[in-house]
Formats: sequence, C-alpha cells, structure tokens
Amino acid sequence: MTTTLDMTTTELREVNTTLQAAAKSQANEAYVITNPRGSHAMACGLDGPLTVTIKGSTGYYCAGMNKKAAITVEGSAGPGVAENMMSGIVTIEGDASQYAGATGHGGLLNIKGNASSRCGISMKGIDIVVHGSIGHMSAFMAQKGNLVVLGDAGDALGDSLYEARLFVRGNVKSLGADCVEKEMRPEHFELLKDLLEKAGADARPDEFKRYGSARQLYHFNIDNADAY
Amino acid sequence: MDKTPQTEPRQSWTFSNEINSEIRRAAATGIYDIRGGGAKRRVPHFDDLLFLGASVSRYPLEGYREKCETSVTLGTRFAKKPIELKIPVTIAGMSFGALSGNAKEALGRGATMAGTSTTTGDGGMTEEERGHSEKLVYQYLPSRYGMNPDDLRRADAIEVVVGQGAKPGGGGMLLGQKITERVAGMRDLPEGIDQRSACRHPDWTGPDDLEIKILELREITNWEKPIYVKIGGARPYYDTALAVKAGADVVVLDGMQGGTAATQDVFIEHVGQPTLACIRPAVQALQDLGLHREVQLIVSGGIRTGADVAKALALGADAVAIGTAALVAIGDNDPKWESEYQKLGTTTGAYDDWHEGRDPAGITTQDPELMARLDPEAAGRRLRNYLNVLTLECQTLARACGHNHIHNLEPEDLCALTMEAAAMAQVPLAGTNWYPGKPGF
Repeated sequence: MTTTLDMTTTELREVNTTLQAAAKSQANEAYVITNPRGSHAMACGLDGPLTVTIKGSTGYYCAGMNKKAAITVEGSAGPGVAENMMSGIVTIEGDASQYAGATGHGGLLNIKGNASSRCGISMKGIDIVVHGSIGHMSAFMAQKGNLVVLGDAGDALGDSLYEARLFVRGNVKSLGADCVEKEMRPEHFELLKDLLEKAGADARPDEFKRYGSARQLYHFNIDNADAY
Repeated sequence: MDKTPQTEPRQSWTFSNEINSEIRRAAATGIYDIRGGGAKRRVPHFDDLLFLGASVSRYPLEGYREKCETSVTLGTRFAKKPIELKIPVTIAGMSFGALSGNAKEALGRGATMAGTSTTTGDGGMTEEERGHSEKLVYQYLPSRYGMNPDDLRRADAIEVVVGQGAKPGGGGMLLGQKITERVAGMRDLPEGIDQRSACRHPDWTGPDDLEIKILELREITNWEKPIYVKIGGARPYYDTALAVKAGADVVVLDGMQGGTAATQDVFIEHVGQPTLACIRPAVQALQDLGLHREVQLIVSGGIRTGADVAKALALGADAVAIGTAALVAIGDNDPKWESEYQKLGTTTGAYDDWHEGRDPAGITTQDPELMARLDPEAAGRRLRNYLNVLTLECQTLARACGHNHIHNLEPEDLCALTMEAAAMAQVPLAGTNWYPGKPGF
C-alpha cells in the first residue's frame, strides 16, 4: 500500500511524525511525499524498512540520520543530505548540495547528478556514489567508508584523510594534505564492482583510480608542520 | 677587608624562570606546549565580588528554618520535556576517551545523587554514563565521534557545541596513547593514532544554518528534548543573541577558565574572555530579546564554591556547570599522589598533562591499572557531597540577601572590589554607586 502526503496541506511535523511512526512499526510500507517545496529536515530520523519517494527537491538535511529506510528524492537535495546516515539507501535523482553524506556511518548514498563541496566530509563508514562530479574539499577528514565518483573531483580531495577509500574515474583537480593515489588491488576492484552495481552506475572498475591516506599525519610531527 | 655589598640577584619579571623554562622547552622540542585544564593566569573573577547582605533596607531569611528553593527547570522554551534539576549546578561535558569509564560513571553517580545532570563529550555516550546518570545531556560536537540517532533519543537534552571557553575557535586533539581499542571503536578510527576533533561543524556554518540544524534535531527527537547551544566566551552578547535566534532552549556560556582535555597552552591562556566578563553581556542579549529566564543561561568556567554559584546566579545565570572542580572532587590532583606527580615532573595542583594518559589518580587515563585506582562509587559520593556543599553555600548567601529562591539573587546584591570587576560585572565598586561604563556618569 502506498500512502501519499501532500506538503501543501500537511505540515513538516506531521509528515515526519507519520514516517517515523511507520518506520518504527518495521512494516514495509511505501510513502510518497508530494510538493516538498524545498522543505528542510524531511524524512529525517527514520528507523525502519520504509520506502519513501519525495516528488521534488528538498532543503537541508533530507534523510538525516537515516536507518534502514529507502528514500528517493526525485529532484535535487539541499545541504547535508543523508548526514550521519547509519544504514539504508538514499537516492538523489538530481544534484546534491554541500556536505552530502557528512559523518555518515553506513548505508548507501546514491547521487545521480553532481555533488557540491565537502561531499563525504568526516564520513565514518557510509558508501557514497556520485554519478557526476564533486566539489572541493570532498572527503575532508573522512574516516571510513567508500566514496565513488564517476566524474571529476575538485580541489583538495581527501584532505587529512583517515581510512576512507576514494575512487575517482575522472580528473582530480588537486589532492589534499596526506591524500595520495594508491594501487588498485583485486579487493578494490571487487568492492568497486559491487558498489557500482548497487548504484546502477554505468562504469567499469578498471576506469577508476584509488586514493587514500598516506598516513603521514596520523601522529603529530613538527616536521610535517607545513602540511597543516 | 670588608666585602663590597652586592645587590640581591634580580629576576626579570618579563623573562621569569617560568617563561625561560618554556623558551628552553620550545627550543628543545620545536612544538608548542599542549596541556589540559583552563586558563591559569589571574583574571578578574568572582573573588572580586562581594555580597552586601541584608540590612535595614532588606531583611534576611532564617538559615535553618526558612526555605530557600534551589530547583531549576531547563528547556521551557520549546521542548516538550524540560529538565527539572534539584540544584543549580550541573556537570559540564567531558569526553569518554579524555576521561576513563570509571570517572564518567563517578560523575553520573554523583550528579544523580545530588539531583542534577551530567553531560557526555567528544567520543559519544557510554553505558557507564547513561546507566548511572538519571539526567544526561548529549553533546552534539563537530567531530560527531560516536554520534548516532539512538543515543540522541535516549538523552534527556542535546547540547550543540559551538565552542568552549578554553579554546573558542579551536578544535581538540586526543593523543594516540589514549586511543585504546574501545575508544577507537567508538570513534571509527584506528587504534593508537592522534585523533583530531574539528573546530567547526561539518554540515553547517553560521546562525541561519544552525537554526535548520536545530530543526532537524528536534524533528528527529519529536521536539521532546531541550536543545542547548554551548558557546565559548568570545563575543557573548552576539553569540547568545544568535544562539537564541537559531532556536536554542538553553545557552551554555563557558568562560576562559573553563577546562579542556587538551589543547595548546597559548590558546588556553590567550583566547577568550574571563567568565566574569561574559555573563552580563549574555544576560543583556536575553533581556533585549525579552527572553531572559525563558531561555535559560548556564554559566561555566572557574566555578569552585557556593559563592561562585551564587554570584553567577546574581548576575543573571539560571544555573552553572562545573568540570575541573568536579574532577578535583572525585580525586584529580590529590596530594596523596604527590610522589607520582613528582616522577612526572610536576606537583599536586599543577598536574595538567591530561592528554598523556598517565594520570596517577586514574581519571584522565585509559590505562587499566591507573583507571582501577578510581572507585566510581566512592568518587560518586565525594562528588555528591561537594555538590551539596555548593548548594548549601549558595542558599546561605541567598538567605543572607533575603531571598527565598536562589533565582531571586540579583546584581543589586553585589559590589565589586576592583575597578575591573566592577566594569565586567556592572556592579558598583565597593563604597561607591559607580562602575566604569555606567550610563549617566
């Protein structure tokens, strides 16, 4: 059964209350949200196997802290989409603004368009696939998880990176401090193949380069002061 | 033959032994000094204020007979479930990682017995802390280490940390020697590496974004939890006004004497304003917005005695928070560890290398042998006793000023001993009706 919530007549609070209650019941229900009109904090804090389709573009923090739910935005998403996501799948049919997937712990954020600056900032285990390009300072201080970019990456990719893995098919304008290109080993091809399939991306793993931490900044050393 | 009289060797005030030792340390290592705690320099403080007490124009309340209420309610502006505290003293945010699990448990036990709240820190919520804290405030920090929606929902309030008094505008660093398997696991990072805590949030900048972030936190927690915004003592008038504009239920204002687990000494001693200088501008901001008492103000940074509590309240705070004092109460810098402090090149009262994880008292460490030195039950009782004393002292002073609730304390109950304190607290210099900057003079 699919339930439709129209935001021209339904307030944000009621939309989120309805979705959160449905998620909590752990029922595999489907919801369609119409006329989102760029509302902030839509479908955030869900904790259950719900399917939510948002017909239009959203504001800040759509699908924030998501657990288990499958949320699709049939439009573009504002800053911080799927921030701190724990699990589930969030799909953006259009573009995503700044901080997409920030601090995410798990799940898949699938952005069909481009993502702006700081995509995957401080990510802690989330997988992010961007079919287009990403902006500057993406994966800044990224700790865990995988960021896959079919297009290009902007300046300072992976600055101060920890253990997250970055895969870019196109050009990288520049790498940030302590981020280096690394060898693609068999396990990385496998991992990438799986992520590309999950995201429905039209690309081959052998087209990508891998970037990761050189681990030179893991312990503060005065000889590295120029890098800070 | 008479010896020619000699002048006593004269030390330079500018180049004191302490300063010279720091120059030598810097020259030997090439790195700035990192330490824990808050500003150690002497700054105008609550000691520079006095209560006037009752007189002919005001009558006091009987100390052992007439009631003086101490309860505080925090989060009345928007939250469905405000926090009710028995006393106006809360425990400030301190991280698991910086502190041992036993220390966090002790803080929870002591706070709960005294009827107040404790607060998580960078590194997430531990079971020791949640299990032993009847009221637990969950810090939402830039690093988001350990942040998850389940802990957000099982907290009693959420504190969005924008800054702290020891380092307004600065992040933190937890050195690798404290990053045990458990600490690393909670922070999603490898064991043993230095862990940086970011200086600003990853997904918002500025007050307009903060307003939306607070909206998201409220939507995720069903508008039940009070949302605090913690600011360092930098620009207290504007920062308070902007926090309120962004939707805060409570503003937590931390002056430069407020402690940190670890940051550069130059940051601790040279950035931010003394707590005393921060309170009146923050209160003024709340009054200008017509929200004083509707948005509650918690003040921290150098609170040690019931007199400090009473003076902060008299200047307009609704409650105070203690961090360093709480650690001392549970055993930090205790003289019984003097021989061990000396082995570390320091002495009782001066030990501040909390980041190194070798704390003899077992508080700021993750070393199992050192941690075992702290009995969380006994330490919790010491904290409860200390909190009770702070409250009794505050009540004593409030009664002496004729108030039946600690929140009835007011600036008119105070005078200042110094020009600086008079200017900062905006209360008259003792013996005058004037303070620097007073309108009309």
